[in-house]
Amino acid sequence: MNSSAVQSRRGTTPVPTPHRWWHGRAVRRFARHRLALIGIFMITALTLVCAVGPYFLPYDSLFIDLRARFAPPFSGLHFLGTDPLGRDQAARLLEAGRISLLVGLLAMLMSTTLGSAVGLVAGYYGGRVGAVLMRLVDAFLAFPSIFLVLALAALLQPSPTMITVIIAVTSWMEVARIVEAEVRSVREREFVLAGRMLGLRGSHIMFREILPNVMGPIIVAATLTIARAILLEAYVSFLGYGIQPPLPSWGNMLNGAQQYLSTAPWLAIVPGLTITIAVTSLNFIGDGLRDALDVRGDHTAG
Amino acid sequence: MARFLFHRFWQSVVLLFIVSLIGFVVLNMIPGGPLSQFALDASMTQEDVDRIARQLGLDRPLLFRYFDWSWKLVQGDWGTSFRDGTPVLHVIGRHLPATLLLMGTSTVISFVLGAWIGIRGATHRYSGFDYAATIGAMVALSIPTFWFGLVGIYIFSLKLGWLPAGNMYTIGDQSLLNYLHHLILPSLVLSLVTVATWSRYIRTAVLDVISQDFIKTARAKGVSERRVLMRHVVGNALLPIIALAGMQVPALLGGALVTETVFTWPGMGRLFLDSLGYSDYPVVMGLLMLSAILTLIGNLLADIVIAVVDPRVRLS
Repeated sequence: MNSSAVQSRRGTTPVPTPHRWWHGRAVRRFARHRLALIGIFMITALTLVCAVGPYFLPYDSLFIDLRARFAPPFSGLHFLGTDPLGRDQAARLLEAGRISLLVGLLAMLMSTTLGSAVGLVAGYYGGRVGAVLMRLVDAFLAFPSIFLVLALAALLQPSPTMITVIIAVTSWMEVARIVEAEVRSVREREFVLAGRMLGLRGSHIMFREILPNVMGPIIVAATLTIARAILLEAYVSFLGYGIQPPLPSWGNMLNGAQQYLSTAPWLAIVPGLTITIAVTSLNFIGDGLRDALDVRGDHTAG
Repeated sequence: MARFLFHRFWQSVVLLFIVSLIGFVVLNMIPGGPLSQFALDASMTQEDVDRIARQLGLDRPLLFRYFDWSWKLVQGDWGTSFRDGTPVLHVIGRHLPATLLLMGTSTVISFVLGAWIGIRGATHRYSGFDYAATIGAMVALSIPTFWFGLVGIYIFSLKLGWLPAGNMYTIGDQSLLNYLHHLILPSLVLSLVTVATWSRYIRTAVLDVISQDFIKTARAKGVSERRVLMRHVVGNALLPIIALAGMQVPALLGGALVTETVFTWPGMGRLFLDSLGYSDYPVVMGLLMLSAILTLIGNLLADIVIAVVDPRVRLS
């Protein structure tokens, strides 16, 4: 895994220009990737609808109307039907989208930062520091993440912030591994040696010289991490330990859906379909970015 | 080879030590620790909580408790359930077979389906089938397992009435056929993610082999395409594929937890959730450790298989 867009252009530009990998070929290659474009379109549309949609809907997501319980989709102005308390499912779905997407995004930012930092330090210093850090990564990877997330969420007070932190704490390892491998391959390159000759501090070399060169794999991993985080939040909330009602999330909307499966299947179908669309879009984008930024490896979020 | 095995084995043991330390510290660092459940109980005074803490040995320093706990762990004493005082290993042992049955069936399904899709995708590269499989795998990895289960129940149990919606068997009927009937839907649901992973991985493994010179040689000698595929290609791609099985353990365990919840399957995943609900610390800890041990064994086996195939790995 030592091919970033920068390296592949090395033949044409003698001086590495690590700060401009997003120009030219990568963008063109991404644009050719039809699935990735579909993904971008879908996730943008979904985000916009969740952001502004609630202002245009006739119902509030918390408005309870016991006369209108279990209304099927398209009854009156309840476009997606109502839940067991007569709350409008469309309003709840969009409100939940805000939370689920935000949790995914913030968890990604946290875990990518943590993972990149660990990977950078482990890869740059190597030796004993690197070995200890990477064993830590291995150890965290030995727990199926859903077990660890559930255990933590059950024991801590499950606020949206806490859930975000828990998801981040249990999903930084992939990024750390990828970054560590990348950094190790870049460490001995001329510009890093030059930096060392000039007497630059380790942190300067790591963050200003090496980091821009391993940005491609980080961006790909980050995209897939959002997908993973959204899925993980859905799992935990579905099992009742994630985002707590009355605050809706895509996962906890499905929490009670199973018992109404025969009478009100839309309660299960709609949120699940939305999660699938969001996560699929992000996985498509990640795949497109991988091709565009010339990153090897197949780490679709699962 | 022996040196490699020894080295990898010790690495796993060291890793297990770190894993147990992380698990133990994380679960005990939480405010209130194992007794946090009583904090909300108005009928409990602080003295009551302290007394329970003393009874359960929770008033001693963390490090002491860790060494105490881990030493007993090595000796096979995993503690007793807070809920009913049964030994943790007993409780887990009761639930393990159901999970292994589910995971085993699902592995077989994903292997067969994944091999078919992967090999076909590799031999018909960039065909309509290959594209459909690629996109299908990405979508499959994006579907929440539990939702797939709900949709499966809706279609096959509620609408068509072909398959049971949950449980491992009908009460009063413990015939093999009854078990199998109940096994179909959950194992298919659990296979969703693994089939996707297997098919991608097998496609890559087969493509790696197909592009090598000895395949060209075989073809040039006039060996039939079918024989080339079955003997030369699959034969050589097989071991890396088997190695994948070892690395799939955490994904399967996580998937099993969710699947078992949806299908009220009496396995480890349900036990884990139930124990969380009761704040049954020793069982939660035991299951965390067991899942980590299974994962490490899986990784170890995968490494050994890869080392058998590829001598270069042994030397590094």
